[in-house]
Amino acid sequence: MQLSGAEIIVQFLKDEGVEYVFGYPGGAVLHIYDALFQQEAVRHILVRHEQGATHAADGYARSTGKPGVVLVTSGPGATNAVTGIATAYMDSIPMVVLTGQVSTTSIGSDAFQEVDAVGITRPCVKHNFLVKNAHDLAATLKKAFYIATTGRPGPVVVDIPKNITDPKIKIPYLYPASVSLRSYQPSPQGDPGQIKRALELVLAAKQPMIYTGGGVVWSHASKELTDFTRRLGYPITNTLMGLGSYPATDKQFIGMLGMHGTYEANMAMHECDVLLAVGARFDDRVTGDTKLFCPHAKIIHIDIDPASISKTVRVDVPIVGDVKHVLIDMITLLQDNKRKPDATALAAWWKQIDAWRGKDCLRYDRASKLIKPQAVIEKLYEITQGEAYITSDVGQHQMWAAQFYKFNQPLRWINSGGLGTMGFGLPAALGVQLAHPKATVACVTGEASIQMCIQELSTAMQYSLPVKVINLNNRYMGMVRQWQEFFYESRYSHSYMEALPDFVKLAESYGHVGMRIDKPGEVEAALKEAFALKNRLVFLDFITDQKENVYPMIAAGKAHNEMHLSSERELA
Amino acid sequence: MRHIISILMENESGALSRVSGLFSARGYNIESLTVAPTEDASLSRMTIVTRGSDVVIDQITKQLNKLVDIVKLADITEGRHIERELMLIKLRAADKDQRAEVKRLTDIFRGRIIDVSESSYIIELTGSGDKLDAFIAAIDPTAIVETVRSGSTGIARGENSLQIT
Repeated sequence: MQLSGAEIIVQFLKDEGVEYVFGYPGGAVLHIYDALFQQEAVRHILVRHEQGATHAADGYARSTGKPGVVLVTSGPGATNAVTGIATAYMDSIPMVVLTGQVSTTSIGSDAFQEVDAVGITRPCVKHNFLVKNAHDLAATLKKAFYIATTGRPGPVVVDIPKNITDPKIKIPYLYPASVSLRSYQPSPQGDPGQIKRALELVLAAKQPMIYTGGGVVWSHASKELTDFTRRLGYPITNTLMGLGSYPATDKQFIGMLGMHGTYEANMAMHECDVLLAVGARFDDRVTGDTKLFCPHAKIIHIDIDPASISKTVRVDVPIVGDVKHVLIDMITLLQDNKRKPDATALAAWWKQIDAWRGKDCLRYDRASKLIKPQAVIEKLYEITQGEAYITSDVGQHQMWAAQFYKFNQPLRWINSGGLGTMGFGLPAALGVQLAHPKATVACVTGEASIQMCIQELSTAMQYSLPVKVINLNNRYMGMVRQWQEFFYESRYSHSYMEALPDFVKLAESYGHVGMRIDKPGEVEAALKEAFALKNRLVFLDFITDQKENVYPMIAAGKAHNEMHLSSERELA
Repeated sequence: MRHIISILMENESGALSRVSGLFSARGYNIESLTVAPTEDASLSRMTIVTRGSDVVIDQITKQLNKLVDIVKLADITEGRHIERELMLIKLRAADKDQRAEVKRLTDIFRGRIIDVSESSYIIELTGSGDKLDAFIAAIDPTAIVETVRSGSTGIARGENSLQIT
C-alpha cells in the first residue's frame, strides 16, 4: 500500500484498533487532520484545550485498560499537553501522544510554533521519539504503543515533523504486527523461589495485612487478588489508586489507607507483623514517616517495576513481576500448601481491627443544617447503586469521593493520584463516557478544580456526553483552606474563591442543564432528577458547608498511629 | 562510595540527555560521564562515575535500567576492574630548569610530552583518576596553563564483560 506519512499515521491507528483520538488541530498537524477527515474508522474528538485532550484520553484509558490516544500540534499544542502527560506518567497510564513538529529542515531555527517537545516531555514520559524519516513512522508508532501498554504502563510521545506527513510523498506501508526491542523486555513472571518465600511468610503471620495499589488495576488482577485474599481471610486495604480492585463492601476490606485513610487501615498497617504489598509504590501520602512505617512488619513487595522496590521503604522479600502472574502462582502454591493461617491469631487480630473500626472514623454531623459534602457522596453512591464510573478532580472532594463511594469493581474510580492535577475530572469523564456510552458517569469536583478545565463543557455538548457534574461548592480551595486552618493559624491566604460564576447559568449557556442545591433536604431529589435525565449533562452545584474538613488525617511526615479523627476527637 | 557504572545503550540522538536528565531530575551526583560508539555502531558505551550510599546506587542502577534506550549496564566497581582516564595538560616550560623539572615528573608518572613550544609543554597522561590528581598535585600550580580530562572509563578484568548475548 502506497500512502503519505499523514495517511500512514491514520491507517496505523486504525490497524492498531484505536477507536478515538482526542485532539486539537494546528499548523504542524494539518496534513494529519486532512487524512483523518477522509475516513471514518478512527473518530476524532475535538476538545477545547490540549490539556483536556490528554485528560480525556487518560479517562478513556483508565476506564477501559486500553491506551488513550492524543493528537496535538507543535509548540503551544505540545506544551498545553504536558500537564496531562505528567498526570498519566505519575499514575502509570498507557497513553500515546502524537505532537506535530515544525519541518525537519526548520528544527532548531526557532521557527513559528516550534518547541523541543521531546526535550520538554522527557522527564514525564515513559519514552519519546522524534520521527526524522517517514519510512520509520509505522515502526515507531508500533514501538510507542508497545512501550506505553506493556510492563509498567505510561505515556509515550511521538513528535512528528510536518514534512514527514507531506501528502505528496507516498511510500510503502505495511502494518507492523509485532515489535521487539533488545533494550526493553519486561518480564511478567516472578521468581518462583521468592514467591515461595513470600507465601511462607504470609502463612506464618499472626497479624497480617495486605496493601494493594494501582498495579492490581493495571494488571487486571482484581479477580486473583480477591480470590487470594478471601482464601486467607486476611484484612486488606487499598491505596487511592487501587480502589475497586478489592470489593469495598466486603467485610475483609478495611478502607483506604494513608493520609486520609481509615483509622482501622492505618492502625492495622502500624501494628501488622507481615505486610504484603501488591502493585503499590509506598508513596509518601501512604507511608507518612518512612522511618516509622510498619515498624513491626516483614515486608513483601510485588511490583512489575524493579525501581519501585526498596525505593522509599526497604522490603524483605521483593518479587519483580506482573501482579496477575505472581498472584496466580501464589494461589497455586497456597492450594498445594498444607500449612494454613493461624486461626487463633487471626481471630484475635480481627477482634483488634473491629475495635478500631468501632471508632467510626468517617463519622460526620448528619443533623447539620448545611449540606455536608460527605452526605452528597453517600447519596450519589446510593442512587447510582455503586455502579457509576466516578471521576474526580483534586482536593477535599476527591478524598470524600474515595472515602464514601464504595467501589466494588476496578476501572471505575478515575482520579489523578500521583500528580494531583486540578482540572482532570471533567475531561476525564468525557473520555470515560465515550468509552462506555450507556454507563452512568459522574464527575465529583469542586468550584476551584472545575474552573481549570471548564471549557470542556463545550466538548460535552458537541458529542452529547451526558456526564453528571457533582460540584461540591464550598467557595474555598477546600484542601488548601484545611491546611491553612491546621498549619497556618487559619490565615486563609488566597484560598477563598471570590467572584464565582453562576454555575447554573454557565451550564445553561453551554446548552446543558444546571441545578443549584443549597439545602440538605434537597440533595436526594436533585440527584434523582439529574440521573433521570439520561441524555443530558447536568451540572449540580451543591452549596456545601464551608468549614468541613477531611478526616481522619495524618499530617505530612507523621506515622500511621498519629491520626487526627476530627476537630473534637484529636489523637488516636 | 564511589562507583563506576558502565552502560551499553542504543546509539540514538537524545539517549545521552535521557541519562543526564535522569541524574539531575532525581538529584544523583555525576562525578564524570564519558560516551562513545562501540565496535557495533548501533551501540554506545557510557561510563558514569557517581557517588552514593548503597541504597542510592541501587536506585541509580534500577532507574537507568528503566530507560528504554539502555540495553545493559553493570557496576564494574563490584568486581575486579581497570579504570583509566586520559589527561592533556599544558604547562609553562620556558626556562631550562622548568623544562627539566616537567620532563622528570612526566617520566616518573609515565606520561609523554606530546607538544613542545618555546614557552610550554603539553603532557599526555593516562591512569586512574587518583594518579592524574597526584600528578597535578606534584606540579607547581602556577605552571599549569590548562587541563583537559576525559573522565574515567573502565572495564572489568578477566572473564566478566558487558556485552549483548
